[in-house]
Amino acid sequence: MSVDSILEVKDLRISFSTHAGEVEAVRGVTFDLRNGETLAIVGESGSGKSVTAKSLMRLLPEANTRIKGGEAIFEGQDLLKLSEKRMQGIRGPKIAMVFQDPMTSLDPTMKVGRQITESLTKHLGMSGSCARERAVELLKMVGIPNAEARVRQYPHQFSGGMRQRVVIAIALACDPQILIADEPSTALDVTIQAQILELLRDLQERIGTSIILITHDLGVVAQTARRVAVMYGGKIVETGTVREIFYNPQMPYTWGLLASIPLPTADRSQDLIPIPGSPPDMLEPPKGCPFTPRCPYAMQICAEEMPDYTTFSAEHKAACWLHHPMAPDVEPPVRVRGTQ
Amino acid sequence: MDSRHRELEPGLFEPVEVDRDEGERISGPRVGFWKDSWIRLKKNRGALFSLAVVLFLFAMAFVIDPLLSPHSPYAQDLARRYLGPTADYWFGTDKFGRDMWTRVWAGTRVSLYIGLLAALLDIFVGVVYGAISGFLGGRIDDVMQRGIEILNGIPYLIVAILAMIVFDPGIITISIAIGLTGWTFMARIVRGRMLQLKDQEFALASRALGASGFRLVWKHLIPNSLGLIVINLMFTIPAAIFAEAFLSFIGLGIQVPEASLGSLISDGAQELRFHPFLLWFPSIIFCLLMICFNLLGDGLRDALDPKMRK
Amino acid sequence: MTEGNGRPLLEINNLKKYFRVGRETLKAVDGISLKINRGETLGLVGESGCGKTTAGRVLVRLYEPSGGEVLFGGKNVHRTAGEEAKLLNRKMQMIFQDPQASLNPRMIVGDIVAEGLDIHGLVSSRQERLERVHELLEVVGLNKDHANRYPHEFSGGQRQRIGIARALAVYPEFIICDEPVSALDVSIRAQVINLMRRLQEERGLTYLFISHDLSVVKYISDRVGVMYLGKIVELASSDELYNNPVHPYTQALLSAVPVPDPDVEQERERIVLEGEVPSPVNPPSGCRFRTRCPYVTEACGREEPVWRDVGNDHWVLACHCIH
Repeated sequence: MSVDSILEVKDLRISFSTHAGEVEAVRGVTFDLRNGETLAIVGESGSGKSVTAKSLMRLLPEANTRIKGGEAIFEGQDLLKLSEKRMQGIRGPKIAMVFQDPMTSLDPTMKVGRQITESLTKHLGMSGSCARERAVELLKMVGIPNAEARVRQYPHQFSGGMRQRVVIAIALACDPQILIADEPSTALDVTIQAQILELLRDLQERIGTSIILITHDLGVVAQTARRVAVMYGGKIVETGTVREIFYNPQMPYTWGLLASIPLPTADRSQDLIPIPGSPPDMLEPPKGCPFTPRCPYAMQICAEEMPDYTTFSAEHKAACWLHHPMAPDVEPPVRVRGTQ
Repeated sequence: MDSRHRELEPGLFEPVEVDRDEGERISGPRVGFWKDSWIRLKKNRGALFSLAVVLFLFAMAFVIDPLLSPHSPYAQDLARRYLGPTADYWFGTDKFGRDMWTRVWAGTRVSLYIGLLAALLDIFVGVVYGAISGFLGGRIDDVMQRGIEILNGIPYLIVAILAMIVFDPGIITISIAIGLTGWTFMARIVRGRMLQLKDQEFALASRALGASGFRLVWKHLIPNSLGLIVINLMFTIPAAIFAEAFLSFIGLGIQVPEASLGSLISDGAQELRFHPFLLWFPSIIFCLLMICFNLLGDGLRDALDPKMRK
Repeated sequence: MTEGNGRPLLEINNLKKYFRVGRETLKAVDGISLKINRGETLGLVGESGCGKTTAGRVLVRLYEPSGGEVLFGGKNVHRTAGEEAKLLNRKMQMIFQDPQASLNPRMIVGDIVAEGLDIHGLVSSRQERLERVHELLEVVGLNKDHANRYPHEFSGGQRQRIGIARALAVYPEFIICDEPVSALDVSIRAQVINLMRRLQEERGLTYLFISHDLSVVKYISDRVGVMYLGKIVELASSDELYNNPVHPYTQALLSAVPVPDPDVEQERERIVLEGEVPSPVNPPSGCRFRTRCPYVTEACGREEPVWRDVGNDHWVLACHCIH
């Protein structure tokens, strides 16, 4: 863990109790977020990425969530153990979150300006007029034209992309150190997505917010992230810099993901290489590596035991039995062979 | 990092034949919608208890009392007026010496009959009306909805009074009063559901396959509305029972010597000062009916709510 | 690759679909023309509000057109009735986007898949029906015993395959695929795409592939049409469109798609469009794209662009700045 980390998550374990049994959504996740960087957490549905993000903000439903272990150290405190009151002082001014659906993230009965100033007056103790000025400033910063007039409008008067910008403005209102963006552009059109991602990059450069970006879209990852953590079945199976993950991936799931995406330059006569099967059922999580049933290189030991991480470089780690000295040598699929 | 240096059996590194079909297999028993809902309902103790009580009251009113009771609900015995509960007369006797036990159950029969009538009308008129209105949409829907609005605009009390003028007061009057307007709520609910469902992709898929309107409604839309219909029925019944009780209470409904829970409560209320038991027994049965149907309806709503599945 | 008598399988001529919204008219599809040849896959790409889904639904006769015509094998599909109309239901089928909503949650999978068989009387006994259902399930990569299960017991990818089996049951010739993989996980998408390609080869199917996902469309389609605000602004072969986009919207669209290749992404010159898509209730006069076009001039508001061939079977709704 480097000195430069502002958030350190260690061995996070989260389960939900449902009427069908206990669902182990997150099973031992460890990562850190460095100052001023964008870390992308990539995974598909059921991988546990959203649950991880929400747990950092303690936004999971209390009734049936159990944080079974681990810690999330921010500014010397464990976020998982803070009282609700203390968390309220963190959510907003220190750590802010942007969700996927801009339609439901905003209060439809409150003017947009008020939703921003609420945060400012509550957390920063700003006076009403100061807060209003700052709200207009923020709307301008996120690229909403005619901000002075629009600050007095209601969410339904904005389009999807604009609403997401408003959500980002609210999130950044108190200059948080960390911004967690959970699929911020997935529900938006591609040209609007480009705008939003550009905005996030721009803001990061200007304000220096550290961003955790949760997504399933590898293109978005390539565009915005500095480091990447790949999640599957409630665990991080590989992590590294963005170039390491794309050009020198070391884990069959990552290979599978990269090989199954139709690249614009792909040869159309070649079939895509899909990953057979479906994501695992977290009601009965597998004993060993969760990817085993779908892995073309699966070995006996994969089903028995979870592999340890193998380190490839300062940032690059992967958990796979293929890296054990006794395992056979395998070549990743052609489409994935890197330049390194 | 330990595992790199641990001594592990070479056999562990043999490739595993992964059964691709295994990945597609679904474990667990087949769980249908109704079975799943029944399991959920069973967990709701209030609802389960209410269901038991309702079934018990039905059995008492329609089966047990007619078979077992030694007294007739009309037989007067002026020598035995105003008796409190005794071994012979479990609920006592009223001012004409009539056995209250039998009268109360006779009254319950009337109430349950009204409830069932309302339910049947709901199904055969309300659902059909709503389904046609919602499914066809457009102009027809507009006209049909205006029809409902007009019906709703007429207070059922007026209808009851008018019915009383044309027919004699009694069970017919009540049936007409409640039957004429009671089904409109169900019609609205079903119409709303139809509007919601008919644009869903599974309905579109059926149309694309060439399904006729009838097939669409009967096989696709109604089955997906059954939950809503059942829940609504559970609330219609106590509403109808209450309406009847109210009409009878104010004298527009069941007349002597017939009994309904409402008229019994009305009579009992007059005797409250000296013979309170005449009020307690019919009131308790009445309240039980209302509460249990409502609890059952609540329980069913929770059990059948598709959002709470999985 | 055309029908025996030299006609394309499907001809769409100046198709329009308007919706009344309160007092205003929403021009979802405002005059599109296409020819789709037998055996090919035509991709239709565009963002929300461009009308591609509406167009697909008009084709399969879920909506009546407000103008123009659709000819299948030379016959106007909206002017058929009775037996002929029923036959069209078999020849033209549709696969839907939402794996959750596209299957009736109260029906078992076997009945869902067999619905087409039941409607058109394609089987004569229960035994035959069961056999055919099993056959279809296996063709799409599922098990026989899935026939007795309910949709909610399946994953998204599996549900989508059930939808494909349902469409295949009636022996269609032409399938409209409305965003069939958009709601699926990335690793599952490839499974379904491969399945669709295989089926096309084995059964000689023709696809209209509607999607907002450019990479997928480019991969699976022979030709691609780009839609914006109810009109087709560019139409070319897949490779030609990608390598040589002419219309500024196409250029921006291609530029906006993030490529899963960090070096490429870092180097790229990005065209980021300003503003939002205008409402289809009141599309801009003249060229509809002018509110967001980087090359907009004063003339754009007055002159309607013209559908032109720019060589190589590449058509563009071209304005003055395209030469």
